[in-house]
Amino acid sequence: MSNLLNVSPSPHEHGQETTRKLMTGVIIALIPAFLASVFYFGYGAIIVTATSVISCMLFEYLIQRFIFKKPVTITDGSAVVTGILLAFNLPSNIPVFIIIIGAFVSIAIAKMTFGGLGNNPFNPALVGRVFMLISFPVQMTSWPVPKGFATGYTDAITGATPLAIVKEGLKNGDTIQQLMAQVPGPAQMFLGKMGGSMGEVAAVALLIGLIYLLVKRIITWHIPVSIIGSMAIFTTILWLINPDKNADPMFHILAGGVLLGAIFMATDYVTSPMNPKTMMIYGCGIGILTVVIRVWGAYPEGVSFAILIMNAFVPLMNAFIKPKRFGEVVKNG
Amino acid sequence: MKTFSTGGVHPPENKLTANCSIQYLPLPQSVAIPVSQHIGTPANIVVNKGDSVKTGQVIAESKGFVSAFIHSSVSGKVNKIDTVIDTSGYRQTAVFIDVEGDEWVDTIDRSEEILTDIKLSSEDIIRKCLQSGIVGMGGATFPSHVKLTVPAGKKCDVLIINGVECEPYLTSDHRLMLERGEEVLIGTTILMKALNVSMALMGIENNKPDAIEHLTRLATGFKGITVYPLKVKYPQGAEKQLIKALINREVPSGRLPLDVNTVVHNVGTAFAVYEAVQKNKPLFERVVTITGKSVAKPGNYVVRTGTPVSKLIDAAGGLPEDTGKIVSGGPMMGKAITNTGVPVVKGTSGIILFPKSESERKSPEPCIRCAKCVSACALNLEPYLLMTLSEKGLFEMAGKERITDCMECGSCSYTCPAGRPLLDYIRLGKATVIKMARERVIKN
Repeated sequence: MSNLLNVSPSPHEHGQETTRKLMTGVIIALIPAFLASVFYFGYGAIIVTATSVISCMLFEYLIQRFIFKKPVTITDGSAVVTGILLAFNLPSNIPVFIIIIGAFVSIAIAKMTFGGLGNNPFNPALVGRVFMLISFPVQMTSWPVPKGFATGYTDAITGATPLAIVKEGLKNGDTIQQLMAQVPGPAQMFLGKMGGSMGEVAAVALLIGLIYLLVKRIITWHIPVSIIGSMAIFTTILWLINPDKNADPMFHILAGGVLLGAIFMATDYVTSPMNPKTMMIYGCGIGILTVVIRVWGAYPEGVSFAILIMNAFVPLMNAFIKPKRFGEVVKNG
Repeated sequence: MKTFSTGGVHPPENKLTANCSIQYLPLPQSVAIPVSQHIGTPANIVVNKGDSVKTGQVIAESKGFVSAFIHSSVSGKVNKIDTVIDTSGYRQTAVFIDVEGDEWVDTIDRSEEILTDIKLSSEDIIRKCLQSGIVGMGGATFPSHVKLTVPAGKKCDVLIINGVECEPYLTSDHRLMLERGEEVLIGTTILMKALNVSMALMGIENNKPDAIEHLTRLATGFKGITVYPLKVKYPQGAEKQLIKALINREVPSGRLPLDVNTVVHNVGTAFAVYEAVQKNKPLFERVVTITGKSVAKPGNYVVRTGTPVSKLIDAAGGLPEDTGKIVSGGPMMGKAITNTGVPVVKGTSGIILFPKSESERKSPEPCIRCAKCVSACALNLEPYLLMTLSEKGLFEMAGKERITDCMECGSCSYTCPAGRPLLDYIRLGKATVIKMARERVIKN
């Protein structure tokens, strides 16, 4: 019989969503932030992003092809997303060899040693970034002053980030009021005209990306909102207690990597929780830890560490915090 | 507009036959009527090879409480009692009858007249349902007389009539509501009388505005029946989800609708009850949708039980060249059948012919933990976890994670971007957990 029938269990219909489509969606959502970083940091942004994406894909390919000896899946887009996010967490003047090392740590150590896509407990791009921050502290914290295509690449004029200015100033006994005069105002920060990692500066571009992710239902609101919300509440309390020593919540949210972290890093599918209730707890944990690190820690910025720490709790939370099942609590009327 | 709150998906509706009026399928030369067309004990065959039977005559009797009578759907001679492969893919005992003419049992009222007055008492209605072999027509085929018998200590205050038809493609209930609306409502009134309730709510998804409009207008002539439009969302036709959507009561895990004082019946069942009680006509035919994207003449047909699926396919213009899969029931919960000789039974709501391009699954990719299965699950389970636990044989843990709550609606597998066979593994796990629980009971 030439016309054999397929027999399989239900469902016989499948949705149109695929892993590659989801990853492509994330890449599209990252485009505004990429354009903003090119606008502020010029060629450096292009060189850093291209190096990072190409090396991430290459390492994934080499490992899948020659170590795993399994079908190569670099076209699923996950390595591209890791590459872009790693680049977005770097200053635009960082030398190429450091990026390649970072990409190796991200893909080879943080992702492939655990078995590849879907199995890594920590966000690969953040593992790479933190490795670089600890190994190359000077290169990782010299931030080019945004001057568009006049910024230059390795010869860029550098300055401090608003968070570093505040951290340093408070240590020297300055008040917040004095320090706020030295950093860009909220409007400039919203547009991204400040020193920082190339992808994190432009709040407006990141928020456009967030809207796209939400509209396309690639992520839900729970993680970004709980991170930003918990930070806003925590920093408001600190600010109300002592406005001379604590920056206002608006400054905390717009400065540094909060938006990039909340929208793109903490929402990484693989390393974030699986149900809304847990997502909120995870998000609040990130928000609170970030503020704790910024206010009391040694580093001026704490988003990367906060996300990695909360990543470590995800398996525990998934195991112990359960959604309320249908029909679990009898409630009528 | 009402709907259930947790989970759900929106598969493409593909209701290709929504405007096709119900037609009668010509009688086949022979039928194979399985003695198990319902959940519960198979019926006991009471005819022998060579016997002459009339249309509507009992050929197998209900055995035990949860069982149903089976009637001959044709008149003719019993050719043999043998096995036939049914929708489940297994061989089942069936009565094979060669069709000769179409002579009905003379107690059946074959007139066109619609009878409104209900003469039977509650007990008599329930008995009539049993004798007429009425089972749930939505697909689950649970014997209706069991659902109508409210055990001591339980009460029912509202009847829910399921006109949701949330499965894509299927339109048999839709057409029935449009063309036999009055009978459906009389059937509903009969069910209300049997259950001794004064209120009935009928839920219909708003992709069937004509049915909603038609029945709302007709319902003004009936006491206590209200029609509710519902926002389209799969699996709204699932009993527990429909109860949640309509009256916001949550059936506890592992319990029945009666535990929240309600009973749900399908519109098809209401129609069958009308025919049984008012017309004395047992259940031996039903409306079946035959459809598919490459089907030449898709439509809705009244089909006698035991008719091979091939007859239905012939009526729809023959098997399309590109057919890759034949599904009995809806695309989300239906069963793929192995050959076209499978007989139509009481629970067959539709036959869908899928082209080759839509009949193969894509190969599964790694889980990226996107949690889309979690948000699709209408019971708020964690399908990714249940799959992993079943895959690794950790059935004790799967039981604790309430794998047995799963109603197998398929929303998780449908939504998974990595194309993982979530429901396949969950089914395996669920069956194993149920088996383990049974063995424990036996041991103790």
